[in-house]
Amino acid sequence: MEDLSLHILDISQNSLRAGAKNIFIVIRDLPEPDLLEISVEDDGSGMDEELLSRVTDPFVTTRDTRSIGLGIPLLKMAAEMSGGRFNITSETGKGTKIVASFGRSHIDSPPLGDIAETVVTLIQGNPDVRFRYERCTEQGVFSLDTKELAEILQGVPLNEPEVLQWIREYLEDADADI
Amino acid sequence: MKKSIEELNAIRERMQQNIQVRTENADNTRVVVGMATCGIAAGARPVLTAIVDEVNRRKLKNVTVTQTGCIGVCRLEPIVEIYEPGKEKVTYVNMDENKARQVVSEHLVNQRVVDEYTIGAAK
Ligand SMILES: Nc1ncnc2c1ncn2[C@@H]1O[C@H](COP(=O)(O)OP(=O)(O)OP(=O)(O)O)[C@@H](O)[C@H]1O
Ligand SMILES: [Mg+2]
Repeated sequence: MEDLSLHILDISQNSLRAGAKNIFIVIRDLPEPDLLEISVEDDGSGMDEELLSRVTDPFVTTRDTRSIGLGIPLLKMAAEMSGGRFNITSETGKGTKIVASFGRSHIDSPPLGDIAETVVTLIQGNPDVRFRYERCTEQGVFSLDTKELAEILQGVPLNEPEVLQWIREYLEDADADI
Repeated sequence: MKKSIEELNAIRERMQQNIQVRTENADNTRVVVGMATCGIAAGARPVLTAIVDEVNRRKLKNVTVTQTGCIGVCRLEPIVEIYEPGKEKVTYVNMDENKARQVVSEHLVNQRVVDEYTIGAAK
């Protein structure tokens, strides 16, 4: 996976497949040590302890189209190769939270990538799921909550092209600010 | 100029005025992009973005663009499937942004399947 925004898109697809109605994505700069932390938290079906203990192995999947699951092992490997950490917690019926950090100055640290395109892609395919995206840097906090946008839109779907375009530009502006 | 919430309000008002709410009906053509790990790693995100953009730019009505999980053939990702009412499904493989735009203009606008990008040609 080329960059972190693609990992975030991929990990969020797991949440969607688990039936999540609320997905919370956070990207945080941590100054000491110099880490970038990403987390994806959902209220989907969760995993039992047995599956959870095996899920970072590249052979675990509940898909029926093939026998390997790659998303989680790839993220864990990328984090650890850059001197960061990986953690996953999950509870059946409650949801799942994945946190991965990356050593920012490490040569194996993937770039952040186009996070606006990831968020827009998620909303395009899932206009009825609530996504909250938060970006925390030393300059401050930026957040976008599709529940708030839906209230403004009063029934106009979040995945109308004009709305998606607005969201993309809004996110890109914020990115330039913080 | 910075994007503001007022602008989003304006978009809403505009959309509510010309209520031609796109309904999901059975006559719609469905374009489905595979968005599991293999697809994403191979470039499915820019393919989806290109299709959404092209459909919108050409103001194609009765076309819905959706995403799905794993279509099952990792080495052929990104994969795009087109379902048209009364026709057989067409599966495009090894897509990229340019091929995707071409598929919209040829297949969806001109009604000509782009044979060289289909799964049949790849096998
Ligand atoms: N957020 C989640 N909620 C519930 N179950 C999950 C979640 N994330 C992962 N899982 C479970 O863990 C398995 C492995 O996930 P992983 O992302 O590694 O592979 P995959 O999604 O099966 O396939 P791939 O990611 O390669 O497309 C999934 O099949 C699913 O059963
Ligand atoms: Mg996955």
